[in-house]
Amino acid sequence: MSNLISALDKATDNSGIAKIEEIGLQGMITLRGDLSKAAVKKAATSVTGVEMPTLGHANHDGASGLCWMSTDELLVLCPYDQVADTLAKMHTALGKAHALAVDVSDARASLRVSGPNAREVMAKLAPVDLSPEAFKPGMFRRTRMAQVAAAFWMVDDATFQIVCFRSNAQYVFDLLKVAAQNGSEVGFFK
Amino acid sequence: MLILNCPCCGVTAEETEFHAGGEAHLKRFGPDSSNEDFENYMFMRQNPKGVHLERWRHNNGCGKWFHAARCTMTLEVFGTYSAQTYEPPKEICDLISAKRPGWSWGAFS
Repeated sequence: MSNLISALDKATDNSGIAKIEEIGLQGMITLRGDLSKAAVKKAATSVTGVEMPTLGHANHDGASGLCWMSTDELLVLCPYDQVADTLAKMHTALGKAHALAVDVSDARASLRVSGPNAREVMAKLAPVDLSPEAFKPGMFRRTRMAQVAAAFWMVDDATFQIVCFRSNAQYVFDLLKVAAQNGSEVGFFK
Repeated sequence: MLILNCPCCGVTAEETEFHAGGEAHLKRFGPDSSNEDFENYMFMRQNPKGVHLERWRHNNGCGKWFHAARCTMTLEVFGTYSAQTYEPPKEICDLISAKRPGWSWGAFS
C-alpha cells in the first residue's frame, strides 16, 4: 500500500502574524444537482449529519460538513478514509435523481490560517469584503486568491479554512506566508 | 474597475472575480444561413460609447453566466440580470433610462 500524503504533507508556518497550516488529507465530494430536490438534500445531509447550508454558507462538524458552492453544487466534506463509503451511501440515497457525486479529495488541498490577524492576511489576497460585519463565521466564499481559484470559510472568528487545487497548494501556502510576514499588519479591521 | 453583482449567487465583487463574455443578446446564424447573416453574427460587434449590454461569467465564484448593463465611458454598472433571457428585463431598462434618458442599444431602448 502506498503511503498517502497531502500536497504539502502538513507543512506549517508560524513565523509571521498568523499561523498557516496545510491540514493534511481531507475527504471532499462534489455533489451537483438540483439542490431543492429531496433526494439530493437527503444524500448530502444524511452522510454528513449537518443541515443543508443556505446560500453562501458552510455547515460543518469536525471533518464532516457541507459547503454551498453554487446554485447547483455542494462540496461535501468527510474524513479522508471514509470517502468511498460516503460516496456509496450518497449514490444509494440519490437513487435515480439527476445528480452527480464525485470524489475530488485528491484534486484539492486544504489550508488553515489562524490567529488574531487571520482576517487581515486573507483580506490582502482575496477581492472579498472581509470586515467583521460583512464576513462572519459560517460564511463560505468561492473566489480567487491572487492568481488562483480558491474557496474559504470561517470556522470561528480567528480561523479561516481554505480549499484550493492541489497543484496550487505550494503557491497558496507561499502567498499566505508573504501576506503574513512579520510587521505587515495593516490594522484595518481593528 | 467594475463592481458587479452576480444574480445567481448574490455576491458583489470587482471584475477580477468575473470574466467578460462579449456582447449580449446575439442571435445565432448557423449552417444554411446566408453569408451576410453569418458574417454579422460571427464578426460584427457593437462598440458603443455609453450604454452597453454584455455577457459575464462569475468564473472565480459560482461559475454561472449572467448579463450586465453598464456604461463603457464611466464604467457605471446599471444592473445585472439572468442569462436566461433574449432581452433586458423592464426593470433594467428603467434603471438605464433613469440615468441615460433616450438610450438605445441594438434593438432595445
